[in-house]
Amino acid sequence: MIIGLDVGGTHTDVVLIGEDCILRQSKVPTNPSNLFESVWTALEEVTRDVPPESIRRAVLSTTLTTNAIAEQKMVEAAMIVSGGPGIDPECFRTGRHYFSVSGSINHRGREIQPVDPMEIEAIAALLKSEGVRHVGVVSKFSVRNPKHEIVIRDILGNDFENIVLGHRLSGNLSFPRRIATTYLNASVYPVHKKFFQAVQDSLQKKGLNIPIFILKADGGTMSLEASLNSPGQTILSGPAASVMGSLPFSSETDETLVLDIGGTTTDMAVLIRRVPLLDPVGSEVGGYKTLIRSLKTYSIGLGGDSTVRIVDGKLKIGPDRQGRAMAYGGPFPTPTDALFVLGKASNGDVEAARRGIQPLAEQLGMSLEDTANRIFDQACNMILEAAARMIDDINSKPVYTVQELLEGYQVKPKEILVLGGPAPYFAFRLAAMTEFQVHVVPQWNVANALGTGMAKNTCELTLFADTERGIAIAPEEQYYQQVKKDFDRQKAVDLAFKLLKDKCLQEGASESELEMEVLEDLQFNMVRDFYTTGKNIRIKVQIKPGLIPEFRDIAERLFNFCPLPGAN
Amino acid sequence: MLKTVSKTGLVFFPAFDWAIDPTHPEREERLLYTQDQVFEEGLLDIDGIVEYKPDMATIQDIRRVHFCAPDEWSVLTESHLISAGGAKTIGIEVMEKRVKRGFALVRPPGHHAMRVVHGSRGFCNINIEAIMIEYLRETYNIDRVAIVDTDCHHGDGTQDIYWHDPNTLFISLHQDGRTLYPGTGFCYEMGGATAAGTTINIPLPPNTSEEGFLYALDHAILPILEDFKPQLIVNSAGQDNHYTDPITNMNFSAQGYAELTRRLKPDIAVLEGGYSIETALPYINVGIIMALAEMDFSRVREPDYQPEKIRQSRETGREIERVVEEVLDCWRKGPETREKYLAGKPFVPRGRSIFYDTDNILETQKENLRVCGDCGGVLSIDSETDTGYHIFAVHIPRKACKACQEMGYQWYDSADAKIYHQIFLQDRTHDQYLVRKA
Ligand SMILES: [Zn+2]
Ligand SMILES: [Zn+2]
Repeated sequence: MIIGLDVGGTHTDVVLIGEDCILRQSKVPTNPSNLFESVWTALEEVTRDVPPESIRRAVLSTTLTTNAIAEQKMVEAAMIVSGGPGIDPECFRTGRHYFSVSGSINHRGREIQPVDPMEIEAIAALLKSEGVRHVGVVSKFSVRNPKHEIVIRDILGNDFENIVLGHRLSGNLSFPRRIATTYLNASVYPVHKKFFQAVQDSLQKKGLNIPIFILKADGGTMSLEASLNSPGQTILSGPAASVMGSLPFSSETDETLVLDIGGTTTDMAVLIRRVPLLDPVGSEVGGYKTLIRSLKTYSIGLGGDSTVRIVDGKLKIGPDRQGRAMAYGGPFPTPTDALFVLGKASNGDVEAARRGIQPLAEQLGMSLEDTANRIFDQACNMILEAAARMIDDINSKPVYTVQELLEGYQVKPKEILVLGGPAPYFAFRLAAMTEFQVHVVPQWNVANALGTGMAKNTCELTLFADTERGIAIAPEEQYYQQVKKDFDRQKAVDLAFKLLKDKCLQEGASESELEMEVLEDLQFNMVRDFYTTGKNIRIKVQIKPGLIPEFRDIAERLFNFCPLPGAN
Repeated sequence: MLKTVSKTGLVFFPAFDWAIDPTHPEREERLLYTQDQVFEEGLLDIDGIVEYKPDMATIQDIRRVHFCAPDEWSVLTESHLISAGGAKTIGIEVMEKRVKRGFALVRPPGHHAMRVVHGSRGFCNINIEAIMIEYLRETYNIDRVAIVDTDCHHGDGTQDIYWHDPNTLFISLHQDGRTLYPGTGFCYEMGGATAAGTTINIPLPPNTSEEGFLYALDHAILPILEDFKPQLIVNSAGQDNHYTDPITNMNFSAQGYAELTRRLKPDIAVLEGGYSIETALPYINVGIIMALAEMDFSRVREPDYQPEKIRQSRETGREIERVVEEVLDCWRKGPETREKYLAGKPFVPRGRSIFYDTDNILETQKENLRVCGDCGGVLSIDSETDTGYHIFAVHIPRKACKACQEMGYQWYDSADAKIYHQIFLQDRTHDQYLVRKA
């Protein structure tokens, strides 16, 4: 049995998944001021009277770190950054404790200027005197040579609770994003650690000695232990939960657009033959552009509870939410109220909904039903337009080789999968308005928890080799090896796969999950004075995001196809 | 959050899978370290810097500028279409006012490609700036354009294409032709009969450093631009004036290039040469992008940058002052030179040999220009290579008068198909291109 638990903004969903069915499912209100309580209540409910040894694993997706950032409830980690020539590192200041220090490394990974130990010692003393316990260290081009970050950490010594080094978090280039990513990882560390230790301790106290995995923003999982090294990867795992839950129902041969229509927002993602599309650089969260691997998602301020009003004689929906629909006692009319007026929803106060829509109808000089229809259509159109923008954005991503440009691969989804509260109604209308095949994700109300429970481990690894310098490094893995002139692309890929496999197993993956693929493999001849002096090799490999193999098929058997309402 | 002052568009196309040959300076590796630096600096994340995917230029785009012999596909590859297309993409974004300025950081380059193309010369096959400019003229109704070529080599291809166009000001700043390929670009090369003065050459002595470049900019280029009043300024932003460039002898720097860009304020910059791929290009390109965006680039410098070590000598400085005087004199003499030609013979011939160093072809050209008081004048080119390929080409300029148009068609129709392998007509008044085969 597997537990999947997803803490959302308003509800916490939990499922207990058995061999071929959902054994239990539960929804408890999320208490934002005490997430632990929400998680614990949900876990208690779903594990009641279950023999502990029959639970194989529990996967958790929480808004803990996301909220900590949004509400500025994280500790403010100190940052020590060394930039060298280029944009002034001061432009990327993260907070009060931000030190731009000497030392520089160039794009080849060569040391240009060493670190000044006295400078670092002075900073260490200052931080200690001010009681700072969490530090991030970043140097420009540390993914080509992590020496300076390591040297600085060694000088800082054991006097700090946690020191995060930039090169361990991602192999991608971007000094500003590395700074932001390191800062976030260092700053959410204490809250993440405290929370998950509490969860683990409580489970152990109950005799549930089960491995805990945590969902990441890229739709993959990592072990609790691994998450302590990069808690930042849990930021924005929410959208990933639903996307993973819709995976089994998506086309195996085509591209799919996933729409999660919630109360406040509609979140979108794209699946390519059942593999979620990732953001090529990293996620953006709370105003920070990061190197955190995440699904490419797009969110618009439009949901079932969005406020509907007339502005300059025109109907406007969202982007704000002032409360629930009037049919549920809310203060302003919403798209959900329009559904009540149209008779598509009935488990609330229809009269209140009509009262909400009526003034809008009067201002527009239209009948109540026509107004409701227009609200509904406009909401659908806004979603479709945003989806078109997202797909356009994906397709306009630059490429850097002639071959890729000529191939001109374009994402063109043929189907839409909808989940979320008003999913069935929207699906029906979207199907009528477009050429897409539109389906509702079966059991959409627990798809997020299911997706969380069934997601498999994901990992990415970057390998950089420079045979002129005679080195191969995988910065995220602290891997450094001298190589000879005959080291080449194929050897590099083999090495990258081996390192990736080790990394995944260490992060708690099982052998059956290791579906590895090459994301990037470039080899350049380095020529100086008309002679080839070496090879510059860049490899990026990953474990394909997806569902754990044994549950991929079972997931389909779990549910019957959910027919569209009113289709008959 | 880092923000630009001016919204700046960028097409970055390093063509990581294209080379002239594996050890040629124009090889896959050329923009590798520039990409590293641009990515690591996070330039593409800056609010106000927008990266675009390049469009591909079309055969029609090329036919506004070139006569390719025997045809386009024989002298170019897809990567040339992408490179020219990248420049075009930036041009469109600037003209549509979606960005204030733009930079096409693309390869392969184009400024040695002349109007007639039999092959590759100076690593160039088609002129990417000219293809962009003529596309913009066709689409956006712009007329007066200035091209400032800051590559270390004389932009002889661009000079050739605009030699007879009084509405295009071509200024080339380069290492003296007596000391460097292609061996041209002297002050006295100042344009054809109807466009005298709108070609400006500023040959600088070897070892010119920041002071010298900025002196020429402030005292020659900027005042001439001020006089000419272009609607669009295009910078052929070659980067081989750098003190570490392996194939030239100048002492320019990343700070210098950025400062030059800041003062020049080009609407569009297009990468040309630059072969110090590891120690110069990464820093120059970051500097140029930041200067276009009007950001603070004061900390962008090469790791080994020591301005006092590369400073030009006093004699070099004096030589530059002398060249600038001569340049200004040429500029002032333009109008009277044109008058003189108009009062003279009705046709001006020009004969030359052109060597395609990359493809090892020798071309012999006989040009004939109608000296017209109403337009740039219709132009014919008889071109034969040492491999025996012979063409006749007629160019009717964009703003040709009726008489020049008629004469162009007459030349085209009456050319003897027995002498030539092919006869071409480029009618820019109707955006037409005709080919007659023997
Ligand atoms: Zn050059
Ligand atoms: Zn005329």
